[in-house]
Amino acid sequence: MIVPRKLTAAVFVALLALTGSSVGAAYLDLGVFNTILALAIAGVKASLVALYFMHLRYSSKLVWLFAGGSFFWLGILLALTLNDYLTR
Amino acid sequence: MTERGHAPQFDDLEQQHEAATLGMWVFLMTEVLFFGGLFLGYIVYRLAHERAFAQASSHLDVALGGINTAVLITSSFTMALAVHAAQTERRRRLFVFLLATMALGCVFLAVKGLEYAHKFREGLVPGPRFTHEPEQQIFFSLYFVMTGTHAVHMIIGVGVMIGLMALALRRSHAAAVENAGLYWHFVDIVWIFLFPLFYLVGRHR
Repeated sequence: MIVPRKLTAAVFVALLALTGSSVGAAYLDLGVFNTILALAIAGVKASLVALYFMHLRYSSKLVWLFAGGSFFWLGILLALTLNDYLTR
Repeated sequence: MTERGHAPQFDDLEQQHEAATLGMWVFLMTEVLFFGGLFLGYIVYRLAHERAFAQASSHLDVALGGINTAVLITSSFTMALAVHAAQTERRRRLFVFLLATMALGCVFLAVKGLEYAHKFREGLVPGPRFTHEPEQQIFFSLYFVMTGTHAVHMIIGVGVMIGLMALALRRSHAAAVENAGLYWHFVDIVWIFLFPLFYLVGRHR
């Protein structure tokens, strides 16, 4: 799949803008939401990179299954470990 | 195997292309879990030492970290353009974008090197010469291991770019460029999470 260069450029600008907003938000006192917001912005940036730069949006269901599978196992790793640490 | 025909074990070029993409994603899957273990370590220690992490983070330079984030995002952009050039078989353009991606990767590594040198001078390297509050050593251990592992991936990526540039002199090998692109973008995604987790902790205080 050949992704149009205009779309690639738009994603690039969005990624830079999100980086700027991430730095800006870090200087506001939002309590616990500082970390949540920083991770949410990072998540959106990572999704943009995966969907458009890594062509995931145009990939087959099989590729989606593998890409999603890695995060499923990462979820197991994080959830089961924190299940212990957060409940001590 | 020629660029036009498919290898005998595949039904057609499309299936061959998907197999190449799928194989790369299997590798990236192992990479997600490899870095996942490091991120898990970070989460566990940050939950236990929230205050020390916020204090330690203030020793990092947000400007340099932010510039490096922009440099890496720009390198992902030029990598995406290199993939486009390979797919449309424009070899000169492919070479230029691979060169730009490699150069930006080197800029990132140079800035990282400057930051490391600064940490050594400031006594922020864990060990007997650590001159700050001992509890902050956990943050800097994770900082050096995680950004160091990321930097090793960058160095490998720069090597891959050099190999692809040599290849581009003869022909535009789209599958190789696409898979190198997947790797480069993945390494970019790792940094997208490393930046806020190390540079932007407790900045509002």
